[in-house]
Amino acid sequence: MNLEEYKGVYVFAQQVDNCVNNIAFELIGKGKDLAEALGTEVTAVLVGSNVRDLADQLAEYGADKVIVVDDPELKEYRTEPYAHALASVIRKYKPEIFLVGATAIGRDLGPRVSARIHTGLTADCTQLEIGDFPLAPVPGKEQKHNQLLMTRPAFGGNTIATIACPDFRPQMATVRPGVMQKRERKPGVKANVEEFNPGFTPDHKYVEIMDVVKAVTNTVDIMDAKILVSGGRGMGGPENFKMLEDLAEVLGGQVSCSRAVVDAGWKPKDLQVGQTGKTVRPNVYFAIGISGAIQHLAGMEESDIIVAINKDETAPIFDVADYGVVGDLNKIVPALTEKLRAELAKKD
Amino acid sequence: MKVVVCIKQVPDTKGGVKFNPDGTLDRAAMMTIMNPDDKAGLEAALRLKDQYGAEVTVLTMGLPKAEDVLREAMAMGADKGVLVTDRVLGGADTWATSQTLAGALRNMEYDLIITGRQAIDGDTAQVGPQISEHLDIPVISYAQNLKIEGDSVIVERQFDDRYHVLKAKMPCLITALAELNEPRYMTPGGIFDACKAEITVWGRADLKDVEDSNLGLKGSPTQIAKASDKVRKGAGEKVNLDPAESVDYIVGKLKEKHVI
Repeated sequence: MNLEEYKGVYVFAQQVDNCVNNIAFELIGKGKDLAEALGTEVTAVLVGSNVRDLADQLAEYGADKVIVVDDPELKEYRTEPYAHALASVIRKYKPEIFLVGATAIGRDLGPRVSARIHTGLTADCTQLEIGDFPLAPVPGKEQKHNQLLMTRPAFGGNTIATIACPDFRPQMATVRPGVMQKRERKPGVKANVEEFNPGFTPDHKYVEIMDVVKAVTNTVDIMDAKILVSGGRGMGGPENFKMLEDLAEVLGGQVSCSRAVVDAGWKPKDLQVGQTGKTVRPNVYFAIGISGAIQHLAGMEESDIIVAINKDETAPIFDVADYGVVGDLNKIVPALTEKLRAELAKKD
Repeated sequence: MKVVVCIKQVPDTKGGVKFNPDGTLDRAAMMTIMNPDDKAGLEAALRLKDQYGAEVTVLTMGLPKAEDVLREAMAMGADKGVLVTDRVLGGADTWATSQTLAGALRNMEYDLIITGRQAIDGDTAQVGPQISEHLDIPVISYAQNLKIEGDSVIVERQFDDRYHVLKAKMPCLITALAELNEPRYMTPGGIFDACKAEITVWGRADLKDVEDSNLGLKGSPTQIAKASDKVRKGAGEKVNLDPAESVDYIVGKLKEKHVI
């Protein structure tokens, strides 16, 4: 493999139902930082059926170029045709970096593509930068410059590791949603589009989609919420979430929860914050009756302000809380809601 | 029908994490458990055994002591255990691990391969899909339900706001979520039998169609630049007041920070 042939930062622009996911814009934003450090450009790879019209959105958020792979076989996400699309793009265009969102789709697609291409893939990255590998010179070992250094939590959030992929290209990473910043949108920018279709012939690896069942939910994605009121096992039961909903409503926020709550069947999975749920960084995160397992902390500790209410004063949630209140949530939360309601009424 | 379940002995992250000087995990120094997602995969396989009489083989790669996790699986009801262990396989990333397991699987019979979605030590969720790529078979990851229909599997595959009902022809690979089921306990008779059971132990020479250049630390495209304990942001204030004072305290802070 001649590493010098590989140029440019590419990102997978995930869309579902012909709607571009936020992660695509976040990857373009981070990709721009990396591309500037390398003196190169960011190319978004848009895969789907009748998706050409979405390309301009990617340009508005900073994509220098958009490769569109458009084919009826790509209408709903399936591993094989999507893997074929990305692997074909990589073989043809030879990017030096290829970023994919660590979404349910990206974490399925990334490993299949990296295995087909024979390159490394670093999962669930929370930080990406350009630097040297090894970080400091080591006698007898070549120090390579302009490498992608990929940082990720591991071992349940107990540690962080920085990974490089010095001898293979592209350097591939899946990137945790909600962590990278998108650039400011520039309305009206038109995409520089290149269409590419490697041909899609169904084979034994194509699975058949028998049904698509969408969860019926009216709630806003918790990743977009400015204020989250999050409940844990300490809530005692699903009926007690009403008081969290009341508090959230007064503050214009959303309710979320810990894994224990999902496992107990009290709340659906899409409200779960943490390592196996969603990463959130709202302005204010209320952790109510949440002990703060390390896997939970990994999903919320970047919140601007963390308020914790828990009766156990040794709960690890207090180690990350800006404002910790030891006490009975059943007494505090309803009173807090009423007080806030009164305060906000005064302001109006 | 033959089912192979790939399982991993993982450090119990509750007990803390220890490293070798080179930044790789010091697995020998830590308490271990069967990875939870893998255990759900094993349970799914054992249900196929109960229902269709499937033969269930558990496969793992690791240090010789990983034999323990195979015996645990056999005490739950797995029929056979295969341990792949060899010094040259150490330090593998997901590429080299999936190459190793694919090399072992080429020497085994299977209609269905089940892996856990991800291990709690690495959290990558990569090895399952990568094995399927090396074996050129379909993959369905994140399975939350599973049934057999003729020569196909039908799986509910979870996404964020939806699930797909997918049908794949066997042989295929699925990755299981811990939410898939509630794993059974070992039985006393099962434990007794599992202690005496023969475990097949394979080394490098038993892997089929795998180049040396794809194995172990040397065959791993990704390399660790550094690893360290996570530095958490420090604790803020903690108060222990009566409920009314607690409310005033929180409201005061929200005002101070201009949230309200």
